[in-house]
Amino acid sequence: MTDEITKEIFDYLVDLGALEIGEQEGEYLRSELNGQLRAIHELEGIAIDDDIRTTSHGIPYSRVIRAPLREDRIEPCKESDEILAQAADVFERYIVVPDIPSEELE
Amino acid sequence: MSEELCDLSATEISRRVKNGEVTAEEVLDSTLQRIRLVEGRRPSTNPYSPEGDDRNKVHAYISLTEKRARLQARAIDDAVKAGEDPGPLAGVTLAVKDIFCVHGTPTTAGSKILENFISPYSATSVQRLESAGAITVGKVNLDEFTFGSSNESSAFLPPVGNPWDPSRVPGGSSGGSAAAVAAGEAVLSLGTDTAGSIRQPAAFCGVVGIKPTYGRVSRYGLIAFASSIDCPGPIARNVTDAAIALQIMAGSDPFDATAAALSVPDYFSTIEKGIKGMRIGISPDYHKLKFPDPKTGEMCEQSVDEEIAEALSRVLDHLTNAGAEIVENVAMPNTRYGVPAYFVISRVEAASNLHRYDGVKYGYRFDGEVSNLRELYRKTRAHGFGSQAKLRILMGMYVSAEQYEKGYYQRALKIRTLIRNDFVNAFNPEGPYQLDCLLSATTPTTAFKIGAIYGNSVSMQYADLLTVPANHAGIPGLSVPAGVDNAGLPIGIQFLGPDFSEANLLRIGRSYEKASADEPWRRLQPKVLHA
Repeated sequence: MTDEITKEIFDYLVDLGALEIGEQEGEYLRSELNGQLRAIHELEGIAIDDDIRTTSHGIPYSRVIRAPLREDRIEPCKESDEILAQAADVFERYIVVPDIPSEELE
Repeated sequence: MSEELCDLSATEISRRVKNGEVTAEEVLDSTLQRIRLVEGRRPSTNPYSPEGDDRNKVHAYISLTEKRARLQARAIDDAVKAGEDPGPLAGVTLAVKDIFCVHGTPTTAGSKILENFISPYSATSVQRLESAGAITVGKVNLDEFTFGSSNESSAFLPPVGNPWDPSRVPGGSSGGSAAAVAAGEAVLSLGTDTAGSIRQPAAFCGVVGIKPTYGRVSRYGLIAFASSIDCPGPIARNVTDAAIALQIMAGSDPFDATAAALSVPDYFSTIEKGIKGMRIGISPDYHKLKFPDPKTGEMCEQSVDEEIAEALSRVLDHLTNAGAEIVENVAMPNTRYGVPAYFVISRVEAASNLHRYDGVKYGYRFDGEVSNLRELYRKTRAHGFGSQAKLRILMGMYVSAEQYEKGYYQRALKIRTLIRNDFVNAFNPEGPYQLDCLLSATTPTTAFKIGAIYGNSVSMQYADLLTVPANHAGIPGLSVPAGVDNAGLPIGIQFLGPDFSEANLLRIGRSYEKASADEPWRRLQPKVLHA
């Protein structure tokens, strides 16, 4: 059975997903992905009329159940110290990160 | 083992605490004593191999919040002494699935990437339950980010053992929740159900679990997996306790725009009313199951386990005797597509949600040398995520790629509509079936051995094939215990109903509970309580 997700496609997905994956783990994950795709292909056997709509949630969000949007209101964040304390590297309440790679645009 | 305070129902504990027969602190002590007895070593992210009596213990809790719980218990006892009402869950112990934020506690999602995260706020469900008097004992294990059906994908090991046989899985992803409630390590637990993650572990562990209608309960403070499907819900030892917890959790929330702006009915005004005249359907599509052969990948067909089918048949007898009308041969032709469609929709949403974990703002950060931010992201995510998270990211990327999106993602969303249409047709008051609910087994098998399926992500996902259609449709489902198999493992059945029909489902579940109260299996206790 041919693998739809080839090594090249897999490596591209790893790059897109901002991951790094070793060879052994990569072979396992690629094999699982191809197994899942084979299961997904079962969906191709269903006739779908053009008028079947897609759903964003199972239940329809009619006007009756849709919650009104919150009013825009500025509120102080009471937990800012707690939130900043979660960051691995902070300097004077700024989160520190390594160099941000950039490239010159033509 | 004789019955302890921690084994009582939520209603009974609350009654006794409120009238001063026992204190909330005594209930907490009883629960902590049970935890000491059955838990075994605490799961951690250290390299794991089974040792000693690991396979005889439950290992449900990733963290205990004893100090916080004792403060809560004392506040309740003080309120009782002052003649105040401490709430409908006064002194009731609660185990929170570690996917919910609880202020000031570690909230790990079962992942190394959030191992050191301390939540700066509490989820709405947690806040509402605690305000009603519940005492949070700790945070319980789960599949990493809820990605699994056995609890084995957690970064925190040993894996949770099923209290009825700890060499078997408790189900997942709310396996720690179901196991803790079954073993008396908490009276209630908070779980989430994205493909069956409340109902399947509830069935495996012999407890009650309800997946509410999508939007019935706020998702605020729940770490997201698949945002269009995730549903918080309670796990309890009986239907009435599940109803109490849901009553408190449900309702609109200004912090979650998808929480429905609908009033919550009083579940107790109808729960004891019986089911005379109700129409309960069964479907061959929930009995003959199609799934890929684990070895060849070819689709094959198999019935649910014979013992489970027999249990279902006994349930039907009870329901008939209670006055329900059973409607057979309800057509649910798109049931079989639930798992394949889920493979697409859930992965796209998971990949999107997992992008926030980058080692910058919170959680694990790779502590070795890196040359730039991009490398920090890659190394952090490579070391912080387990294989199930990586699989979801990669598949989500693939099926939502521009060249494939129409064939996979858009198609899956339309199939979700077809699955929902099956239910709409079954419940339509003017349709061919006019059902109040659909009844099926919750799971095709009882709890499987630890290690039996883990690693095969396709077979593991198909463990949810009876539960996931309700998630696609957004409808509620209630799983209740319905016996044990010859190995003494619990069997669960589920009632699925129309949108926001939780009151009816609880009424049907309660009616079945009463009708089967004298069955011998109701007196059985999980094995860990006899060790």
